[in-house]
Amino acid sequence: MIEIKELVVKYKSSKGEVYAVDGLNLEIDSGLIFGLVGESGSGKTTLGLSLLRILPPTAIIESGNVLISGTDVTKLKESEMRKWRGKKISMVFQGAMNSLNPLMTVEEQVAEPLIIHENMDKDQALLRAKENLENVGLGENILKRYPHELSGGMKQRVVIAMAIIEHPSLLIADEPTTALDVVTQHRIMKLFRRLKDEFGVTIILISHDLPIVAEVADKVAIMYGGKMSEVGDAKEVVTQSKHPYTQGLIRSIPDPRSTKVIRGISGEPVSLMNPPKGCRFYDRCSQRRDLCKTYDYKPAILENRHLVYCNLFEERMA
Amino acid sequence: MSNVPYILRRTVSAILTIFAIIILNFILFRLLPGNPITLLYRSPALTSRQIALLTSEFGLNQPLWIQFVIFFKNSLVGNFGISFFYKEPVTTVIIPAIKNSLILLIPANLLAILLGMFTGAVSAWRRGKKVDGTILGVSLALYAMPTFWLGSMLIVMALYVGGIPVEGMYSIGALSQNFLARFLDFLSHLALPLITLTLVLYGEFTIVMRNSLLDVLSEDYIVTAKAKGASDSRILWKHAFPNGLLPLVSLIAISFGLVIGGVMFTEIVFSWPGIGFVTYTAIFMRDYPVLQGAFFLITITVVLANYFADFVYGYIDPRIRYQ
Repeated sequence: MIEIKELVVKYKSSKGEVYAVDGLNLEIDSGLIFGLVGESGSGKTTLGLSLLRILPPTAIIESGNVLISGTDVTKLKESEMRKWRGKKISMVFQGAMNSLNPLMTVEEQVAEPLIIHENMDKDQALLRAKENLENVGLGENILKRYPHELSGGMKQRVVIAMAIIEHPSLLIADEPTTALDVVTQHRIMKLFRRLKDEFGVTIILISHDLPIVAEVADKVAIMYGGKMSEVGDAKEVVTQSKHPYTQGLIRSIPDPRSTKVIRGISGEPVSLMNPPKGCRFYDRCSQRRDLCKTYDYKPAILENRHLVYCNLFEERMA
Repeated sequence: MSNVPYILRRTVSAILTIFAIIILNFILFRLLPGNPITLLYRSPALTSRQIALLTSEFGLNQPLWIQFVIFFKNSLVGNFGISFFYKEPVTTVIIPAIKNSLILLIPANLLAILLGMFTGAVSAWRRGKKVDGTILGVSLALYAMPTFWLGSMLIVMALYVGGIPVEGMYSIGALSQNFLARFLDFLSHLALPLITLTLVLYGEFTIVMRNSLLDVLSEDYIVTAKAKGASDSRILWKHAFPNGLLPLVSLIAISFGLVIGGVMFTEIVFSWPGIGFVTYTAIFMRDYPVLQGAFFLITITVVLANYFADFVYGYIDPRIRYQ
């Protein structure tokens, strides 16, 4: 179980402070695939990096708590936190990009967590790396290769093999299928499902692509402007979305069988430099009301633990 | 095995470059006004019969392409003729000079590279901290400092302190002493030119290493390494450092390649009898054969240094090996 309480993460820049995650609350049950969806700049990657505390030097966790199976990782010493990284919590980055070291072979990189955490000797670690790569569907011929010799899909599976070699209880996957073709995307998603079923790993799937997430996730959280918009059962959020932002997202998904004109969400994403008081989506919302200007982000709890962060549901507010 | 074709290609291109150098070396000196006869014998008393005799002795009455073939053959075996000034074969003049230069250049380069790599890496890792500011400031100052000025200042300091030789390789009479005394005498002569050259080279290595490593540290695979639980020193030395080293390899090659030009100022300031010093005096003496030999050797060292760099690149960067 992961509990995020009133988490605030800010970036310092020469122009001012940017609150990428701003007073966020979220509960994630163990053993689920949890989708975290939002547009660029909504704070979803920052949230992921905060769980591992590997934020860039310009960012700091200003306040709030992140409890992972009861331990507050924001309070851990750096030396303790390092023991968690790659062992209890792993992260999968967008593998098609630059997330593998170009000068190290695949097997060396996959085996590295074992050498770091278990002090395992190299031969034994390489053997385990081989088994793990087989587990994600990569054969022996890949072991001695370098990242530039692999396709995007292969690299992505290497990154996943590396992240699960220590059997972590939490796996954070940040845009794991972006820039991959649809067939490979599907294959990677099936792999995540299998990891959850076989090893009971909790997976946080960060993506901007709601349809792909909905395909595999058990629960989904929609983020906007550093705050939550809607959290609930994946199917329910997609089919019975309540928040105007989620509804807008779903309307903007193209459907090849339909000739309907796609309606996007008008306006620009909210600036996190000087965010407005009240609802972050106010400027772009088609159903806004005056009291939205002072909305305090108390969610409405609908049936089935479906949370909606919107004034339209105030009457059901707990 | 898979890097054989790469090495083969680099070898062929190095050989072709050397051929091109020989051709240019031939053409450039033919473009100079006059010919070796008019340069050698400016006496108006020289009869036309004597001139014709000399011309045929030098082979200058032969067609240009035959002259080129002879020149080409001689270049390949290192025969650049007789020095006008020293009256000795050019190789006898140049080869000891090159040895003297290398004695100075190799330790200076190695010291500068090792110091530069280390302090550059520390500087990048501690970006914006006090250590970084200090290292960067010192490096920039040394990089910008003219060699002859730094050398002169060291000479002034040495004279003030006393007891440190400021010119040449040996004291007068040192060659007749026993080996140990001779060696110590040599080391004391080496000290100042070595310090000068090391400091001059150090600044650039540090700055290049720092910048290259700063780029690498912002790469995604550094975040990946951190997410695996790697310690700071493991991230820096195992992941970042080897990647940051790549641009440095070509800089090292260039710096070794510029043996002659690069050490010239240091050699002149400290009267170190190296190839830079010999070239410098040859220019004043209009000693064309020595210059021709020196130019040939300068370019050959550049080609060989780059060839070596290509080889090292192929070894440390798998992306190049297979191209």
